[in-house]
Amino acid sequence: MRRAPIISVALLSGAALAFELLLMRLFSIIQWHHFAYMVISLALLGYGVSGTFLTLAYPCLSRHFKIAYLANLLLFAIATVTCFLIAQRLSFNPEELLWDPPQFARLLGVYLLLALPFFFAANGIGLVLTHLRKQIARVYAADLVGAGLGGLLLMVLLYLATPARSLMIVVAAGLTAAAVACWELGLQRRWPVLIVAVALILLASPRLTPDLLVSPYKSLRQHLRVDGTHIVATRSSPLARLDVLESTLIPLRHAPGLSLRAAREPAAQLGIFSDAGGMTAVVSPRAGKDSLAYLDQLTSAAAYHLAPRPSVLLLGAGGGSPVWQARLHGAREIDAVELNPQVVDLVANEFADFAGNVYTGSDVQVHIAEARGHLAKQVHRYDLIQLTLSQSAGTGLSALAEGYLYTAEAFGEYLAHLAPGGMLSVSTWLQLPPRASVKLFATAVEALRRHGIEDPASRLALLRSLQTSTLLVKNGAFSNAEISALRKFCAQRAFDVAWYPGMPAAQANRYNVLAQPAFYTAATALLGAHPERFIRDYKFHIAPATDERPHFFRFYEWRTLPEILRLRGQGGMPLLESGYLIVIATLLQALVASLVLILLPIAILRGDRGRLGSRATRWPWLFYFAALGIAFLFVEIAFIQRLSLFLHHPVFAATTTISTFLVFAGIGSALSRRLAAAHGYTRVLRAAVVAIVLFGLADLLLLRPLFDIAAAWPLAFKLSTAIFVIAPLACVMGMPFPLGLARLGETAPGLIPWVWGVNGCASVLSAVLATLLAIHLGFSMVLLAALLLYIGAAVSFRAAAAGSGAELA
Amino acid sequence: MSGTAYEYELPETMTLIRCLQRITAVATGLLILLPPLVADDSAAPERARMVRLIEDDVRATRLAIDKAALAADVMSAMATVPRHRFVPADLRKAAYDNRPLPIGHGQTISQPYIVALMTDLLGIGTDARVLEIGTGSGYQAAVLGGLAREVYSMEIIRPLADTARERLQRLAYNNVTVRHGDGYYGWPEHAPFDGIVVTAAASHIPPPLIAQLKPGGRMVIPVGSRFMVQQLVLIEKDASGDTTTRQILPVRFVPLTGGH
Repeated sequence: MRRAPIISVALLSGAALAFELLLMRLFSIIQWHHFAYMVISLALLGYGVSGTFLTLAYPCLSRHFKIAYLANLLLFAIATVTCFLIAQRLSFNPEELLWDPPQFARLLGVYLLLALPFFFAANGIGLVLTHLRKQIARVYAADLVGAGLGGLLLMVLLYLATPARSLMIVVAAGLTAAAVACWELGLQRRWPVLIVAVALILLASPRLTPDLLVSPYKSLRQHLRVDGTHIVATRSSPLARLDVLESTLIPLRHAPGLSLRAAREPAAQLGIFSDAGGMTAVVSPRAGKDSLAYLDQLTSAAAYHLAPRPSVLLLGAGGGSPVWQARLHGAREIDAVELNPQVVDLVANEFADFAGNVYTGSDVQVHIAEARGHLAKQVHRYDLIQLTLSQSAGTGLSALAEGYLYTAEAFGEYLAHLAPGGMLSVSTWLQLPPRASVKLFATAVEALRRHGIEDPASRLALLRSLQTSTLLVKNGAFSNAEISALRKFCAQRAFDVAWYPGMPAAQANRYNVLAQPAFYTAATALLGAHPERFIRDYKFHIAPATDERPHFFRFYEWRTLPEILRLRGQGGMPLLESGYLIVIATLLQALVASLVLILLPIAILRGDRGRLGSRATRWPWLFYFAALGIAFLFVEIAFIQRLSLFLHHPVFAATTTISTFLVFAGIGSALSRRLAAAHGYTRVLRAAVVAIVLFGLADLLLLRPLFDIAAAWPLAFKLSTAIFVIAPLACVMGMPFPLGLARLGETAPGLIPWVWGVNGCASVLSAVLATLLAIHLGFSMVLLAALLLYIGAAVSFRAAAAGSGAELA
Repeated sequence: MSGTAYEYELPETMTLIRCLQRITAVATGLLILLPPLVADDSAAPERARMVRLIEDDVRATRLAIDKAALAADVMSAMATVPRHRFVPADLRKAAYDNRPLPIGHGQTISQPYIVALMTDLLGIGTDARVLEIGTGSGYQAAVLGGLAREVYSMEIIRPLADTARERLQRLAYNNVTVRHGDGYYGWPEHAPFDGIVVTAAASHIPPPLIAQLKPGGRMVIPVGSRFMVQQLVLIEKDASGDTTTRQILPVRFVPLTGGH
C-alpha cells in the first residue's frame, strides 16, 4: 500500500458525524430529547468497541486489509439505516423503565443496535491508522476535516430535507465512501460502479425514505387518535420538525391555566407541534373579538391590567396567540420575537387567513431571532416584556439543556430594556412542590440586587392558576393602584396571589388551596434576611441560574434522592427530576463499559509484550490518549456555550464550533508531521501544549469582552469572528493526537488500535463529564480542566517516550 | 392501622362485605341496577394483595391526603372489580400490580392507588350520578359503577369507547353508560352530577363541566403524564354554588425541611 485512502476516510468520517447529529434529531422526534442524549452517548461507545476489536483482530485483518476496510465501509452504510429502523421498532418507553424490567432489555437492544454503525465506521478509520502508520498525520487530518465538513453539510441538509430523507442521504454518502475506497485501493472497477449505482438509487427515490415511528405517548400521536384530526402541513429544519394539526370535529382548545371562571371557550385553533411534542396554537379571530376573550383569563394577562396600552416585546410569539392577547388589551405597538422562521412562515403565509393575518398588522413587527440576541441589538425600551409560556417548555429543554433566557444575566438584560415603570412578565408551568416558579423568583431577586435595587420586594409580584404561574418584575415600585388592579384581576379569575408588596399572609393560598402556602412562603423567604439559607435547605435546586451555569431546568438535589426513592411506590416518582439522573446514569454506564473495553484486550493478551508493549509504556500512553480525548471535547463544549451567547442561535453556535474545531484540528494534524520531522516529536508536542494553554487562557480572559464589543455586529461578521478565534486554538489542538500515534507507531505499533479505542471511550465520557462539570462549577472550569489535561498529557508523553527508549525522530 | 374496616383477614372480609352489600341492595330494591359484585374468583387472591398495597400507600401518605384510610365502600369496590379483565391479555399477569399499565392507543389504566384515592375524594353515595371524562379501559367507570347509581362516561378515542362499552356490558355493569365524543361540554342530558372525574389530559379544566356539578358535588382531576400522576385537583361546589379548588400531592413530601 503506497497511499492512504484519505478521501474515503474523510467521507466515512463525515458520514459518521452526520449520522451522529442526525440520530439526535431523529430520536428527539420519535422519543424525547434527554433520552436521545443518553442513547447516542452510549451508542458512540461503538468507537471504543472498535478499538478493542482491532487490538485483538488486527493481526488477522491486516492480511486482508483492503477487503476488511471496504467491508467496514459497506457495513457502516447498511447499518445506519437498518439499525435505526430496528431500534425504533423496539418500542422502548422510558416512563415504564422503573416498573417494567423488560424495558431494560429493550434499552440495551437500542444501545447495541445504534452502536453498530459507529463500530464499523471506527473500524474503517482505525484500520487505516493502524495499517498505514507512516501516514497517520494525513489519515487523521482527513478524519477530522471530513467530520467537520460532514457536520456542516448535515446542518445544511436538514434545512433542505426531512430527517428521514437525510438518513438515506447519509447512507448514500457511506456507499459513496465505499465506492471511492474501491478506486483508492485499486480494486476491480465493477465494484465502485455497483456501489455508486445503489447510492444514486437511494438518493433519487423518495419512496425509499423510512417512516418515523413516533412514541404513542407523544402529544401529536395522542391528538391524531381523535376523529377528524389530520396534519395539514409539515416543515423541517435543524431546529425542529413542525406539524400543523387541524381538528375538524372536536375543536383544539389550547389554553393552559385557563381560569375556571372563564365564560367562553377558546377561539378556533390549529396546533403547531414541535418534534411531535410541545404545541403552540395558531388562533383564529374569525368568530369575533369575544372568541379571543379567553386570552384575558390566563395568568399572563395580568400585566395588561396594570399597564394600559403598553408597547410590548413578546419573547416566544409562537403561533401568535400572545400577539392576540396583547391586541385584546390595546397594546400600542408589538414586537414579536420568534426563533423558528418556519413557525413564522406558517403563521404569516400558509395559514395567514386562518390566523387573521396576525403577523402582518401595522401594530406588529415580527423578528426572527433568539430572545437575547434580539435584545442585544435593541436600544428600544418597552413598557412590557413578556416571556411566554412556550419559552418554558420549548423543544428539548431539560435539565441537560442550557436555558439562557432564565439566567440572572438575562433578567438583567430584560430589566435594562424596560421603560421607567415598565414591567417584565414571565409565565411558566406550575409544578408541585414548586420548582420553576420559585427559581424564577429567586433569579429576579438576584437580578434586581445586581442592578443595585435595595428593596426588590417592592418590585415583584407572583400569581398562579392551577397550571401556570406568572412573575411580574417592575422597573420601579408597584403603586397601590397597581396592587389593587392585580388583586382584582386574580379574584375575578380565582387565581392566587403568591406575592405582592405588603401582602398579608392571610391573602395567600385562597382559591387553589395547597396543603401549605408554599409559593408565598418561598417568596417571603427569598426576600427575607437569609435567602441563601432557604435556597440551601430547599429540597430542589432553586439557586438562580447564571450564564456560566445556565442549567435552569436542573432542579435535582442529591440529598433529596433517598427520600424520593422511599416514596417510589406511593406516587413519589414524579418528584424525581430525571434529567440530571439521566446524565449520571449515562456516565456510570459509559464508565463501566469503557473500563471493560479498555481492559479486555489487556486481559486477553496478557504476557504478549510484542502486541501491547510493557506496563511502563502502556499506562502513560493510556493516560495520554484518554486525556486528549477528554480535553478536546471539553474545549469544544465550552466554546459551544460561549458561542451560544454570542451567536444567539443554538444551531449556528453548535455547528460553527464543531465544524471549525474539526477542520482546523485536521489542518493542525497535517502540519504536525512536517513539524515533527524537522524538530522532533517531544519538542513539537511541548510547543503545541504551551500554545494550547496560552490560547486557552487568552480565550478565557478575552472572549467575553471581545464578544461584548461584537454583540451587535451582523451575523456574517460574528461568524467570521468566531472562526477567527477558534482556528488557531483548534489548529494546535489537532497536533498531539497524531504526534502520539506516530510516536507509538515507531515504538509499539500493537498499541495503536488500543489507544484508538481509549480515545473513543474518553470522548464519550468527556461529553457527559463536561455537562456535569458545567452544572456544578461552570463552563470556565470545563475549559480550565481541559488545559490541565493537556499539560498532564504532555507530562505523560515524556513518561511514555522515556519508557519506550530514546527519542527517535 | 386502627379505626379502619381493613384490620381483619381476607378473604373473610370480602365474603362479609359481599354479603352486606347484597343485603343492602336487596333491601333497597336496587339489585337490578347494581353491577354484579361477585368477583372473578380466580384472581381474588391477587386482588386482595392489591388492596393491601393500596392500604399501605394510603397509610404512608396519610399526612398528604389527610386521612389514614379510604372509605370502606371504595376499598370494597377495588376488591371487587376484576381489573385483569380491563388490561390487554399480555399484561394480565401485571394487572394487580400497584402501577399503571399501557392499554394501547397511547393510553393507560391508572395505578390502583390513584384510582382508589380519586374515587374516595369524590365522596359519592349509593344514590349518586357520576360523570367520567376519559373512559379509557373502563376500569375507573367500573369502580364508580360499584358505588354509584348511574355512571356516564365519555371517551374521545372511538376504538377505546367501543371496547370499554362492550367490556362493561359483558361484565354486566349495567349502570355504566359509555359514549364516544367530546367531553368539554360534559353530558347535559344527565346533568347535574354528584361527582365528575376528568381522567383525560387537557391543557385546562373545562369550565362548562363545573356548571354540571351539583351543589355539594365534587370533581377530581389527575394532573401529570400518562404514567405518573403528579397531583390531584379536587374541586368542591358548596350549597350556594361557589367552588373551591384543592391541589393535592398524593405523596408525603414537603419541599422544606424544618426552620421555615
